[in-house]
Amino acid sequence: MTKVKVGMDDPSSVEFVERRRAALERYLQRVVCHPSLLQDPDVREFLEKEDLPRAVNTQALSGAGFLKMINKASDAVNKMTIKMNESDTWFEDKLQEVENEEQQLRKLHIVVDSLVNHRKELCGNTAVFAKSLAMLGNSEDNTALSRALSQLAEVEDKMEQLHQEQAASDFFIFAELLSDYIRLLGAVRGCFDQRMRAWQRWQEAQSTLQKKREAEAKLLWANKPDKLQQAKEEITEWEARVTQYERDFDRIGMAVRKEVLRFEKEKAKDFKSQIMKYLDTMLQSQQRLIKFWEAFLPEAKAIA
Amino acid sequence: TRACAGTLRSVSVDLNNDASLLIDIPDALCERDKVKFTVHTKTTLSSFQKPEFSVPRQHEDFIWLHDTLVETEDYAGLIIPPAPPKPDFDSPREKMHKLGEGEATMTKEEYTKMKQELEAEYLAVFKKTVQVHEIFLQRLSSHPILSKDRNFQIFLEYDQDLSVRRKNAKEMFGGFFKNMVKSADEVLISGVKEVDDFFEQEKTFLLDYYSKIKDSTAKAEKMTRAHKNIADDYIHISATLNSLAADDTTANKKNLEKLSDTFEKLRKVEGRVASDQDLKLTELLRYYMRDIQAAKDLLYRRARALADYENSNKALDKARLKSKDIPQAEDNQRQCLQKFDKLSESGKKELTSFKGRRVVAFRKNFIEMAELEIKHAKNSVTLLQSCIELLKSN
Repeated sequence: MTKVKVGMDDPSSVEFVERRRAALERYLQRVVCHPSLLQDPDVREFLEKEDLPRAVNTQALSGAGFLKMINKASDAVNKMTIKMNESDTWFEDKLQEVENEEQQLRKLHIVVDSLVNHRKELCGNTAVFAKSLAMLGNSEDNTALSRALSQLAEVEDKMEQLHQEQAASDFFIFAELLSDYIRLLGAVRGCFDQRMRAWQRWQEAQSTLQKKREAEAKLLWANKPDKLQQAKEEITEWEARVTQYERDFDRIGMAVRKEVLRFEKEKAKDFKSQIMKYLDTMLQSQQRLIKFWEAFLPEAKAIA
Repeated sequence: TRACAGTLRSVSVDLNNDASLLIDIPDALCERDKVKFTVHTKTTLSSFQKPEFSVPRQHEDFIWLHDTLVETEDYAGLIIPPAPPKPDFDSPREKMHKLGEGEATMTKEEYTKMKQELEAEYLAVFKKTVQVHEIFLQRLSSHPILSKDRNFQIFLEYDQDLSVRRKNAKEMFGGFFKNMVKSADEVLISGVKEVDDFFEQEKTFLLDYYSKIKDSTAKAEKMTRAHKNIADDYIHISATLNSLAADDTTANKKNLEKLSDTFEKLRKVEGRVASDQDLKLTELLRYYMRDIQAAKDLLYRRARALADYENSNKALDKARLKSKDIPQAEDNQRQCLQKFDKLSESGKKELTSFKGRRVVAFRKNFIEMAELEIKHAKNSVTLLQSCIELLKSN
């Protein structure tokens, strides 16, 4: 989830570095928030050890590469010819919910992205306008009006600053929140897919067991005692596997259920706190805006 | 669509105060591309046939009136109020078209809100064009000399279609003078040797100020447009949050609903910020840019008169040398001087009062804009605080 291809953005740009720093920080916070992952020795080592052994086999995956990975798992699931017989519709319903939500978040992300761009555009246009207004103030021959025009140019300069900060909030808080959850929901889907694969494995084992039993029957009929022994051994082996895989499937099912509920709680908390943080930046911005214009008002009134 | 001008007349102050001639545009109709303005006059002057009357007028009628005033020799020493620009619905029309194409990708609610926003934009353009046509007439009615113009009276009173009369006038003048102004004014104004300090200063000031205010107008417009885009983004954000809230079964549902509602209210505020900025700032700059062009035209006419006078001097010298046609040459020279002096005297008065007018208008609009910005920001603060409170308590 943290693998990002370096190349599209300028790696030395301040914005890129800040984005990565923030994203990696959020990732780590999510990891340590998870009760099971916190116990993991690798996680502990990552956080505590001074020198880490060199990582091998961690080629940076491009965004496209990552998507391919997820799609491969989904493809495997889609290719299943036997439909899973769910006695409990919870999994089917929940998966549908997750897919819907992911779709909506993608849509929302596109719009918020557009907002970021428009805010940046406003920022640029305001700066340009402020300069133009300052020039106009210099040309103005009425002293008081000239002064007011310069003051207004300064106010617009301050507005540019506000817009720039707001654009940063729009991106770093709102847009990145959505990006994170789009990826996280993908990971949730991944869990459901893993459960499907477990079911698949169980089903395949059952079908293999069936084949082995048929083979044994054939051997019995053909009367080949030595091969028969081997066949019986294989049957025992596969009976054990079937039992194991069924247990695995049930275990994964329970784990997925527990995980999803934990995830939903975390998500609600996370969303709430991030949104409140975002709204707060907007609030601060508007309050500063009021101060700027209130300071300008007497200047405008002083024009004579 | 119909629209009333309301109380939008803020780019020019002190108009329409003289009860002897009161003009307004209370009503306008938009049919396809044509806008029909209802020009309403109330007067105590005996030169008019009735004390109160209304006539329908098109944009082209206003242009005809403006051009005849420009072409009138007697008014050469006056700043002719700038002609109102043609009603321009291109921007909202294009957006409406794009909206139609994108309808399939939006929810019904989203589409309705975008459509509402566009209709408001349409209405704003409409109101602006009514305002600018109204101000043009009011500038005329409040001018001691121009208000008495015969064509102005015809414009106000003539209850038949003006287009026939317009065509005749065009054939008479052919727009000759106007075209000359467009092509030569800068060169002539700067080229002529100035004898009067006042006009020398005015020339320098107006040429410089014009280019600066033109630049500011264009940049203000770009800034306002970016604001409008943000308001539109808020609509989509609100709609998508609503969809998310509808499907949400967790504790998040109420939060999403409140957030969606907040964005919906915020976009209305942003929209108003954009349109107020447009009216108080962009339109103000645009109006005075055109007014300064009108002042430059006056300088040009005076420069022409000075050039004519200098030529008449040369002609008189030549005549004296040849001892031929001296009385005509003397007459010509005297007339040219008279004309030039009259233009200079009237021009000085007009340019001085123009300064005062400009300062007053800027003051009024800057105050109003600052007050509106504060008002809208306070609204936003209330909305945001209420949303934060609700999220906190949930």
